Amino acid sequence: MGSMKEIFNSLLLKELCKGLSVTGRLAFARKTTVFYPEEKTPQSFRFRGLHALRRYAGGEERCIACKLCEAACPAMAISIESGEREDGSRRTTRYDIDLNKCIFCGFCEEACPVDAIVMTRVFESHGESRSDLYYTKSMLLANGDRYEAQIAADRELDSKYR
Amino acid sequence: MEFRTFVFYFLAAILVIASLRVVTLRNPVHAALHLVLAFFSASGVWILLQAEFLAIALILVYVGAVMVLFLFVVMLLDIDLDRLREGFWSYLPLGSIVALLVVAEMGLVLVSRYWGALESDVPQAEAGYSNVQAVGRLLFTEYVYPFELASVVLLVGIVAAVALTLRGKRKSKSVDPSRQVFVKAGDRLRIVRMPAEKRD
Amino acid sequence: MMLETLQLLLPGFLMPCVDWAMQLGEDIFGSAWPDIVTVVWTVVKAMLIVAPLLGAVAYATYAERKVIGWIQVRVGPNRVGPWGLLQPVADGVKVLLKEVVIPTHADKAVYLLAPLFSFAPALIAWAVIPFSDFFVLANVNASLLFVMSVTSVGVYGIILAGWAPNSKYAFFGAMRSAAQMISYEVPMGLALVVVLMVSNSLNLGDIVQGQGRGLFAGMGLTFLSWNWLPLLPIFVAYIVSTFAECNRSPFDLTEGESEIIGYHVEYSGMAFAVFQLAEYTAMLMGCTLVSLLFLGGWLSPLSFLPDGIFWLLLKILGVLVLFYWVRATFPRYRYDQVMRLGWKVLIPVCLVWLAVVACWMLSPWNIWK
Repeated sequence: MGSMKEIFNSLLLKELCKGLSVTGRLAFARKTTVFYPEEKTPQSFRFRGLHALRRYAGGEERCIACKLCEAACPAMAISIESGEREDGSRRTTRYDIDLNKCIFCGFCEEACPVDAIVMTRVFESHGESRSDLYYTKSMLLANGDRYEAQIAADRELDSKYR
Repeated sequence: MEFRTFVFYFLAAILVIASLRVVTLRNPVHAALHLVLAFFSASGVWILLQAEFLAIALILVYVGAVMVLFLFVVMLLDIDLDRLREGFWSYLPLGSIVALLVVAEMGLVLVSRYWGALESDVPQAEAGYSNVQAVGRLLFTEYVYPFELASVVLLVGIVAAVALTLRGKRKSKSVDPSRQVFVKAGDRLRIVRMPAEKRD
Repeated sequence: MMLETLQLLLPGFLMPCVDWAMQLGEDIFGSAWPDIVTVVWTVVKAMLIVAPLLGAVAYATYAERKVIGWIQVRVGPNRVGPWGLLQPVADGVKVLLKEVVIPTHADKAVYLLAPLFSFAPALIAWAVIPFSDFFVLANVNASLLFVMSVTSVGVYGIILAGWAPNSKYAFFGAMRSAAQMISYEVPMGLALVVVLMVSNSLNLGDIVQGQGRGLFAGMGLTFLSWNWLPLLPIFVAYIVSTFAECNRSPFDLTEGESEIIGYHVEYSGMAFAVFQLAEYTAMLMGCTLVSLLFLGGWLSPLSFLPDGIFWLLLKILGVLVLFYWVRATFPRYRYDQVMRLGWKVLIPVCLVWLAVVACWMLSPWNIWK
């Protein structure tokens, strides 16, 4: 009896009609598409985008070449060489991030004791070749200079949770 | 030259060339394709004779079904062209005898027409004449027994094919789609209600 | 025939020009002139069908993306032109600029012939489709049979496309879809037998006219007299086999992008696009046949409304949207399930209903007199 009912139901295409009614209703639902270049979804202040190296207000670079970020990086995207500056302080002579390798996990930012390497909200960066995605120290410092206001504001918002 | 005559000679020329290519081409797939072309031109000639039902049936049955199976078989063959050429001279005498016989038979048919055995200018049908109805009426009245007989022969063929393929126990682990289709979520999955327990 | 139509279409002051041209042609070509006029006029009529058809095919792809987008709560293409209306043009340009890569060991002639073999039959079938009482390119008595036979030739495109590139994967795909198309021609043919039984004609025009008569048509509700209601199981079976015959979802095993490959894996660029064109043309053909055979063609649903070609177009659009709707709803069948549905479900259903309708027609309750 039960199997007869099943055969009958399948010949009547009952389940198919049920499925069609679901999709048919959705066709007239309100569309939630974000029209990307014109509209953007809101970002968190913890957004992990393009990297930047920060400076102190006086213009001195923050990085002290402790290499914690290099150690923390799971993708081994960061390579640092350090040396003594003329004034005797320890500084990086080379600070490269290979964005081809980077997985944007944010561990470098967490590892940094002086908030030197940070991640900005910029996610629309691109390169036309692999070498375009190899960021050197000067490029990272330039990023920092460019987005300093936003970076500082985001750190401020995040400070109460740290 | 009348337009119909032109169309006839055009189709006839394609038909003859295609048929020749069927037997002269080395690649069997190309030969089969030329046979398809020959069928198409033949059905075109039939349409000129106002035998539209036959023409369409030729396409539907021979081109649409028989030649497709033919192509399947031919494509699955692993053909070595060099081996095909080997037996040419030894088969030549037998082949030429058959060819001469066919030519003689066709000649007889054609000559008999000139003797006046067939008074054949094809009668031009009037506008309301339906080829399909005429064929259908003939099939189900005058030729109903041969027709039934032919369908029984086909049925025997189907049964024979089924019998040939259904032998012994199946060794492969195959699934039965009919049973799979009827499976409901309830047959495989049991949803158990479990109240949240207090941590000690 | 031609002169009457031209008289209807052209403004009056152009008619003397036409007469003069006809006279001139007769002077130059003599007795062959009427034949030449017939040929030219036929070509013009064919172009009148083919040109809008190709446009419709282009916008069928656009409509598909839009409808499926809406069902998936998206908006679909909207970047090229207003509401994305120029998207088919952009796609066409893209495909034209792409390279047609011919595999090294391919049989070149057959390789390039295969797309045409699948596209040409899809176009030829339109020759006998009536669009209204008088607008039909070739009013053949056996037009239904003609459509069947011509569409069955489309299988060649698939088989050749599988064989020519000398690739085993393409060949497997071709085997699969050719077997599928041949299998589903059987229930389709049986469904058509029922339709031509009740309408007592193989002529598509007569089949449509026959649907305008009946009990409900007399009451003014013509749409209840169309074949879909008395032949409901056949209608459903026919639509399902149309899906399978056009290799459309949920039977689109030929292009199961994610899991298996189809017969056109070795094709790229324009050669590939021709296969797509053929698929959409065949799909429009299937929609048109459903509209003509079961949904009353150009007849209006209520008898006080005028009949006309726009009803046919509306019905075709409706069936087309059903195609898209189904594609957006159902998951793809597995191959053995496709075969089971064809041979073990649809064919028995059609055979049983064939017998039922035959008995019905012999009984005193026959509604198709």
